[in-house]
Amino acid sequence: MTVKDFVQHCGYRILSCADRADKTEITGVYVCDLLSMAMARVKDGELWVTVHTNINIVAVACLTNASCVVIPENIEVEEQTVNKAAEKGVIIVQSPHTSYEICINYHLKKSESGNG
Amino acid sequence: MVKAAVDLHIHSCLSPCASDDMTPNNIVMMSKIKGLDIISVCDHNHTGNLEAVSKAADEAGILLLPGLELETSEEIHLLCYFPSLESIFNMQSVLNNYYLNIENREDIFGPQWIMDASDRPVRKVEHLLTTATKLDLYSCVSLVREIGGVPVPAHVDRSSYSIISNLGSIPGDLHFNTLELSRGVSKEDFLKKYPEYADRFFISSSDAHDLGMILEREWFIELEKLSIMDILEKLRG
Repeated sequence: MTVKDFVQHCGYRILSCADRADKTEITGVYVCDLLSMAMARVKDGELWVTVHTNINIVAVACLTNASCVVIPENIEVEEQTVNKAAEKGVIIVQSPHTSYEICINYHLKKSESGNG
Repeated sequence: MVKAAVDLHIHSCLSPCASDDMTPNNIVMMSKIKGLDIISVCDHNHTGNLEAVSKAADEAGILLLPGLELETSEEIHLLCYFPSLESIFNMQSVLNNYYLNIENREDIFGPQWIMDASDRPVRKVEHLLTTATKLDLYSCVSLVREIGGVPVPAHVDRSSYSIISNLGSIPGDLHFNTLELSRGVSKEDFLKKYPEYADRFFISSSDAHDLGMILEREWFIELEKLSIMDILEKLRG
């Protein structure tokens, strides 16, 4: 499943690097709001859900090679963060759902894709 | 009494997010030009440039309050001020056991240089300094105080890396006398939102990551006399 598949399925909004969304595969999900923990634990290609919108999320996404960062509950993302993400090739997605619901949506979409 | 012009939160080139020209001598000379009386270089989780800054400050006749911006395991930024290089290096030797040891990616975060007193690069710190340590807030506060230092929560008004953003409030049992506000945030504005902290002493610093950001003579602390012990007492309360 690509970032585009997932985002379109759920009706989420891509804030940066939309042109990369159909080329970027999601390999799994990691949810964590401690940046230090995410830095150490997000695996290659994972979708990372965090309420942080600080510019440092871009650095964490680069460092871990996350497929995208999903911000839950329509939390507003600073312009500085979006600009930095665009510069570094990081896809940031904004979702109206809670972190829990984002995970559920991913799981449902994945099961659906898995069943053909 | 003296009114000391201070900037108690400046980053050197050891902090990966700071400019390369934040060398010990550049920081001290810029502070001198700006007319500051006391400065504190507080790098993220490391004291590696303080010896060089201290030498430069001695020569320039500026007082250096040895400091450190520690990130606790809760990702709270805590400024830690100490009476001497000896005491802050004791803190460093304890801190060495509490790093997460995530390798620094210079292409993303920038280099972490330790310099000598002539601004010559000595070595780079290899593990990433702009991340949490394994020290939790309560352990960190007692440790700093045991070693004779004064912990001050950094930029408490901010929505990231501050004690209020991460814990919801400032726990009373930690007895912080002093709180740091971000540059440009007035005590009055902060207290409108958080009147419960009206009894605290507030400092405002630059959190400078480049030379231009270092404060002018714009923030003053009244002291009995111009000394490190006096300013430390003022912060300790």
